[in-house]
Amino acid sequence: MSERKRKEEPCITMAHGGGGEMTQKLLKERIIPKLANDLLNPLNDSAVLPQVDGRLCMTTDSFVVQPLEFPGGDIGHLAVCGTVNDLVVMGAKPLALSLGMIIEEGLPLATLDRMVDSIAATAREAGVVIATGDTKVIERGKGDGLMINTAGIGVMRDDVELDASRIEEGDLLLINGNVADHGLAVMSVREHLEFDTDLLSDAAPLGSLIDTLLAAGGREVKFLRDPTRGGLSGVLCDLAADTGFSVEIEEANVPISRVALHTAELLGLDPLSVANEGKVVAVIGKDAADAVLSACKAHPLGGMGALIGRFTTATPPLVELITRGGGRRMVTRPYGEELPRIC
Amino acid sequence: MCLAVPGKILEIVDSGEPVIGRTAMVDFQGSRLEASLAMVPEAEVDDWVLVHAGFAMSVLDEKEAKENWDMLKAALGDDVELVGNEPTPKGDEDDQ
Amino acid sequence: MTSDVQAVVAELNDLCADLEAAGKPVAIMEICGTHTVSLFRTGAKSLLPSSLRLVSGPGCPVCVTSQGYIDLACDLAAEPDVIIATYGDMVRVPGARGSLETMRGEGAEIAVVYSARDAVKLAEENPTKRVIFLSVGFETTTPGTALSVLEAENRGIDNLLILAQNKLVIPAMHALLGGGEMPINGFLCPGHVSIVIGSDAYKPIADQYGKPCVVAGFELHNMLLALLHIVRQVAAGENRVENVYSLTVTEPGNLHAQAIVDKVFQPCDAVWRAIGMIPASGLELREEYGRFDALSHFDLEMGPDVCPAGCICGEVIQGQATPAECKLFGTGCTPIKPVGPCMVSSEGTCAAWFRYNRNTARTVE
Ligand code: SF4
Repeated sequence: MSERKRKEEPCITMAHGGGGEMTQKLLKERIIPKLANDLLNPLNDSAVLPQVDGRLCMTTDSFVVQPLEFPGGDIGHLAVCGTVNDLVVMGAKPLALSLGMIIEEGLPLATLDRMVDSIAATAREAGVVIATGDTKVIERGKGDGLMINTAGIGVMRDDVELDASRIEEGDLLLINGNVADHGLAVMSVREHLEFDTDLLSDAAPLGSLIDTLLAAGGREVKFLRDPTRGGLSGVLCDLAADTGFSVEIEEANVPISRVALHTAELLGLDPLSVANEGKVVAVIGKDAADAVLSACKAHPLGGMGALIGRFTTATPPLVELITRGGGRRMVTRPYGEELPRIC
Repeated sequence: MCLAVPGKILEIVDSGEPVIGRTAMVDFQGSRLEASLAMVPEAEVDDWVLVHAGFAMSVLDEKEAKENWDMLKAALGDDVELVGNEPTPKGDEDDQ
Repeated sequence: MTSDVQAVVAELNDLCADLEAAGKPVAIMEICGTHTVSLFRTGAKSLLPSSLRLVSGPGCPVCVTSQGYIDLACDLAAEPDVIIATYGDMVRVPGARGSLETMRGEGAEIAVVYSARDAVKLAEENPTKRVIFLSVGFETTTPGTALSVLEAENRGIDNLLILAQNKLVIPAMHALLGGGEMPINGFLCPGHVSIVIGSDAYKPIADQYGKPCVVAGFELHNMLLALLHIVRQVAAGENRVENVYSLTVTEPGNLHAQAIVDKVFQPCDAVWRAIGMIPASGLELREEYGRFDALSHFDLEMGPDVCPAGCICGEVIQGQATPAECKLFGTGCTPIKPVGPCMVSSEGTCAAWFRYNRNTARTVE
């Protein structure tokens, strides 16, 4: 594949992980200068963070994706967006990330360079610094080229209260744009299943969008979640299970591109169950919904935002879809990784 | 029991595989897959074909398609209004 | 509701109400698993009159694949230098000792492919391995497999093997109807299978058993329209074959595809999971292509089909019971921990009910 070593191309070797000269060279020449910031620069065993006011919020996530680069994104971009978004949907302002990279012997240095560039650029975009990090090299065949773990720390905002237990009947659900783009774009480059597509991954750090939503809705924004693995259906099913209310979604209002709709059909997948990035589902009190929607639509990451459904008291608590044709059906969580089907 | 999707033939090439013969790049409204035309020797560029598991299984009859325009649109999902923006088609980015 | 959908639903309502009042409520079997799912997914089921009973038939290739086949595929996956090439549909189906997914976890090489052609490619790219293609599917899928076998033959690719479990729809319909009184008034026939076999293929069913057969596509209006055509025939006491998917389905079907299949495969008796043996309902490689046969290559035999205790799948796919009548449905048997074949495939009747049907829903766990 593209990550595989071509002859004469400089690659990661086991020596890069030995902790000696080669490791230092790798870090000092290829990684640290790109990520440089006040917290990282002392290069101590731990980063010392500034004193902050407020409660801290912490999260971690590991990233494996094949191939490392896909239409519209790469693993470095995902590794920063994923952890930053886990912080911001909790109502936290991200402070710092850690970056752990497990590199497989044989990864071309050029690929590593692109990934580090991507991490640096995304961190800048998200307004967060990489405060500490680690690299390890593992033998060829034991890893997927590059695996990344990021942990993140943020400070909770105190002007909001994001908690599923505050959700009431009549609250509305908003999503900031098209579903399924990311998952389908990644699928288009999977081994044996490649196809050509106009779709691009839409992964993005959501901090600024969420600031906008919270500014417009304040405490009436009751809950935020990024519908990544498990797709929109996963989040909605969680919400029904957690709140004891039913969720009713209008298929015609769920933003989706024609390309994604047909691509999902081509693969036999339900677009509601396909993974998203750069998307957030917000639960908003009825009266604030219009204000939050128009704020969302005015933001660069929310132009296609839409109100897609509401909470009801129908029992048992389930997620129901009103289809384009006017029928109804239930929405359930996908069982696991969705595989393309022929029947 | 069998998913099949309609797409339009963009281009026909000789696969170089003696039995598979002609293959086509088929556009499914923004995603493209190669399909064998061995089962539909009459298919030409711009025809709509129904593809199942990498093989075009039928050519949508143009006359029939015109008479049944609504049905074709429905089969293509073109009778529905979608909320959502479209990606830029590949190749278009360079034109700007 | 769009106006054309509304019109069809209104007429269906009237006709079904009349028939019910006359003591003749209508039951229609959708043979095809994709119809089962599409009827739920588009919301069609929720728009139908309650007196119209829809019964799901045996048309999900994964569900009717016998457990012996899955076990065999898992055994083969454990052989050295073997790559199993399979459609995504088969990966999670549990056999007696696990699924291909669990085999992959144990180190077996399982490649998910879209097309039988990809299996040929895999074989070509991995000359030191034996690539075994899990050939399941009905008439729509088999021509592509047959063509891939011909391609491999022509190019002298000798490390491709086929584990064939291809099935035929018409013999299954005969078996369902031949067993005696069948509480079904008509058939919603699968659009994509019919592309290959042609709408004429249903004539014997319509004539011999007096059941209207209507070929339909998979989009909301088209499915509802087909149901309406069936109910109209039932009301008028007719039994014709009709085709409301004329955009792609012709009377004779795709003769090229039929010829290719006939060249490579011949009919054989086949075991349908939870139903049993149906004469001449499956396909096996003809002798000329015997060297592609995985069974003879490894000198193996297909084990017996076993229906798990408590599972009433056999009755479900023959239209004699609904999933909700199964004691295990939604409790002991869910898509995550399927007991019977109808729950394993996303097209299976029980899985579709579990996934889409509010009335039989168990609360989300
Ligand atoms: S619910 Fe499960 S056990 Fe019951 S019939 Fe369906 S598949 Fe078999």
